[in-house]
This record gives sequence, C-alpha cells and structure tokens, in this order.
Amino acid sequence: MTETPSSVPEPCGDEGSDRYTHPSRREAIVGAASASLVMGASFGATAQSQGSGGGTGVVLVPVNLMVNGTRHALALDPRSTLLDVLREHLDLTGTKKGCDQGQCGACTVLIDGRRINSCLTFAVMHGGAEITTIEGLAKSGGLHPLQQAFIEHDAFQCGYCTSGQICSAAGLIAEGRAQTADEIRELMSGNICRCGAYPNIVAAIQQAMGRT
Amino acid sequence: MIEFQYTRASDVADAVRQLAGDPAAKFVAGGTNLIDLMKMDVERPTRVIDITGLQLKQVEGTPGGGLRIGALVRNTDLAYHPLVEQRYPVLASALMAGASQQLRNMASTGGNLMQRTRCSYFYDTALPCNKRELGSGCSAIDGQNRGHAILGTSDACIATHPSDMCVALAMLEAKVHVTGPSGDRVIAFADFHRLPGDTPQRDTNLEAGELITGVELPPRGFATNYTYLKIRDRLSYAFALVSVAVGLELDGDTIKEGRFALGGVAHKPWRDPRAETLLRGQPATTPTFTRAADLVLQGARGYGQNTFKIELARRSIVRALTQAARGTPQSQSDKKIV
Repeated sequence: MTETPSSVPEPCGDEGSDRYTHPSRREAIVGAASASLVMGASFGATAQSQGSGGGTGVVLVPVNLMVNGTRHALALDPRSTLLDVLREHLDLTGTKKGCDQGQCGACTVLIDGRRINSCLTFAVMHGGAEITTIEGLAKSGGLHPLQQAFIEHDAFQCGYCTSGQICSAAGLIAEGRAQTADEIRELMSGNICRCGAYPNIVAAIQQAMGRT
Repeated sequence: MIEFQYTRASDVADAVRQLAGDPAAKFVAGGTNLIDLMKMDVERPTRVIDITGLQLKQVEGTPGGGLRIGALVRNTDLAYHPLVEQRYPVLASALMAGASQQLRNMASTGGNLMQRTRCSYFYDTALPCNKRELGSGCSAIDGQNRGHAILGTSDACIATHPSDMCVALAMLEAKVHVTGPSGDRVIAFADFHRLPGDTPQRDTNLEAGELITGVELPPRGFATNYTYLKIRDRLSYAFALVSVAVGLELDGDTIKEGRFALGGVAHKPWRDPRAETLLRGQPATTPTFTRAADLVLQGARGYGQNTFKIELARRSIVRALTQAARGTPQSQSDKKIV
C-alpha cells in the first residue's frame, strides 16, 4: 500500500488523536453529551417519564449483560435499545447509530455469535447472552483479521459504517454460507456504505475469509 | 416511545394469561417490526410481554410427512434448516429474499406473519391512515402509492402485506397453529390474513388474546419445480414491488398441479383458485402461463403511481411459471433473471 501524500491530516474518524491542539470531534461530542447524562443520572427505582405517554414512571428492569466478556449488572428503562445501552451506559461507542430503524447496519453487533441490529432490540431481552461489539473482536492485543483486512484494502472512507461492516462480516464468516463475491454482497446487503467502498469491503472480507 | 411495563412469559399458558389480562399488551419476539413501530409511536403497547423464553423453537417432521415450525424459529434458522432446504426450497428462497441477514437472525416465524404494512402513511402519525386510526381516511389512494396494492383493495386502504415468507407459505397451503383463552385452533393460511374492506385496522383473523404457536407445512413441497421471483427497486434488501412464489407438479410437459401466490400486490399474499384451475392439465408453455396471469389480473386496479404494477405482475407471473417449469429457480444471490 502506498501512502497518500497529504500535509494536512483529514479530521475524519480520527478518534483519540492528540495531534490537534483544539478538542477532537470525540471530545466535543462527549462534552455536549455529558450535559444530558447529568440530567439522566437520577435513575433510581423509577425514572421520570421521558416519552410521549406521560405515565407515572418507568419501572426499571434489572439485567446482567455480558459484553465482550465483561458482566454488567444494570437496571434499565425497558425502552432502552441494546444500541443505546452499549453507547450511553457502557461507553462502548464503537457501535454506531445510523438510521436507528434497522435499515443501515451501522449498529450491527454479535449476540451469541450471530449478527443482529442492536437498534431494534431491547437490551433487557439479552440477559445471559454473549454480546460482542467491535471493541471485543480483537483478541490478545492484535487486530482481528477483518480489521487488518479492512485497513489493507482501504475498505472505508469516512469510517462511520465500518464497525458495523466488520461485525457483520464476522457474522457472515461464522455462518459459512458465502463463497463467491456475489454471495458476500448479498449477505452483506444489510450494511450500507454511503461512501461506496463496497468493492474494497468485499475484497477485505474475501481476504479475511482465507485467514480466519 | 411511550412507557411500558416489561414482563417475561414463562410458558405458553403464562403468555396467554398475561395477554388476556391486559388488552393494551403486545408480545415481542424478534422485535424488528414492533420496536420500529413503537419508536414511531404507531404501536403504543403499555405492556410488552417477552415470549423469547417459550419452547417454540423446534422444526420437526409431522407424522403425516409435513413439517411443524415453532413460532419462535428465526428466519435464518428456518431458511437454512436441512428439511426446508430439501423439501420446501421455495420457502428457503423466499426467506432469503426478505430483509437482511441481521434482521433474519432476529425475526421469528410468528412475527413474520404479524408484520404490519410498510405504507409510509401508516408510519407517519401526522397524516390520516385508516389502518392506524380508523375513520381518518387513506392518504395513499391519492398520494404516494408506487408501492401499494392493485388487487383486493378498498376505498379505506390500499396497503400491501410486506412479507416474502408468507407468499411462499400461502402457495404451500401452510396452516397456522394458535392458542388463546378459548383453547387451540388451526387457521388455513388463506384465512389468516385479511383484505382491508372497511376494517383495515385488522391485518389478520387472529382473535384478541391469541398467540401463534407454530406453522405447519403439508407434505407437498414442490421441491423440483418451484421459484420465488422478487422484483424490487434494489437488487437486495428492499420490499417487493411484485413477487411470485410458484410450485408446479409436471407430468412431462403437462401441468398436473400448479400453484402460485403473489406478494407486493395486495393486503395479503394473493392466490387465485381460478387461475390455478386453469393451469391444471395444460401444457407448461408461455400461452398457458399468460392466460393464467391475465385471469389473476382481470380485476386489478391501479392508483396512478402503482399502475405499472399490473403489467409488471403479469410479466412476473409468466416469468416465474417459466422458471419453475424449467427447473431453474431464481437465485437469491446471482440476481440475473432468466
């Protein structure tokens, strides 16, 4: 791979970078979000209504979520999607919220090894299940073969869909159903990439299929 | 999304008991449609009963040579089940033509039957919709109706049923097993979903308090001459404009038995017994298929943007019957239509 000459780094998807003296996008977003976290931090036995129903209060539901091998004892508003719990309660922000209605695949995670849309399921339904997010794919320090392949094939531009693409591809490889490029495309059709990196995504998956 | 109480059902009897005690309750299994609709405030249950712990996850042969599918069997598990792949490949094909792999990994067999229409006016609580709010009017009849029904419509509703799986189940003449406060009953697939008439708010003939426990397939699977042809705006992951599930039994070039059901054109999977009678005993040729298609579409009505569906359906029926007769079913990964 050749490096693209560039004197000005693109401030795109560069999480955790310390090259900038101004706050990174991540820091700015976290800063803004913390205000709402404070407002939402008063969860006790019940939480006040946040929805449009105007009820008397939500009964929180206790649930033990096993995420990337770590057990989390939580008490959740049952309306919380798994996606929102991963991001807002467990700070696992690698899983992205795209459409929030099961159409884009950015929120894809693995439950008991199977890929699903975390935006369309309530977290309280998954007590005892093994949940794997993009943060949990890499084992023993190194990159997961799919992560390495995505880098080598430049299988993204903005990177927003990438964690969902990689989790989905991990599920696809585990299913063992896709052999040809056509079959990979079809079985990856639940993951949208608006930058249009599809040829490189397919190439990266094909490479990883040979390695995993 | 409004607040709701979340409970888990320990067994089928407990699920029925919980639902009977709370008319504003809903069952959740895969959740892929219900949760979406709850986010949009279209569905507003005050109690959600999680039935994913029920023992309804088996696929097993029946003594009569058919197949019994538990209501909680996931779409992917069903599509990849060896007995389905071997004996009911049209069902496997229809399943793989629907949604995405993530959604198929979540969606249950019973929930697939209970899917609600994807009419955009049904989803938009700011606009009239008789299905969502009876008496408010139908925004689609004179509105954006490119995806809407051409058969069996009413002045109240022109929505379509979105499922692919159900189109294959209708063709296969599946039976739906349900249980409720009055006990168990079996509903023929043709009688499960309803036409809109003047009660478009009701999608199915499931009675209040009833739970789908399973779907039964009869022995005849049409495993040799079948196809599921789905025509849509994208090659994958889009609802059908028109789809056709076909099963043929041939004696040489003569049709002994021919069945087909249409998706994307009506409020329920659409079968026409007259057209299937017409096929019987006839040569499996284009003129025969065209006559059958013409008969099905005699009463079709377009609403402007969706009028093209009438001709699209006619051609899709002929093409699908041809694919089935040749023994060259539509591939759901190589999208070439031959």
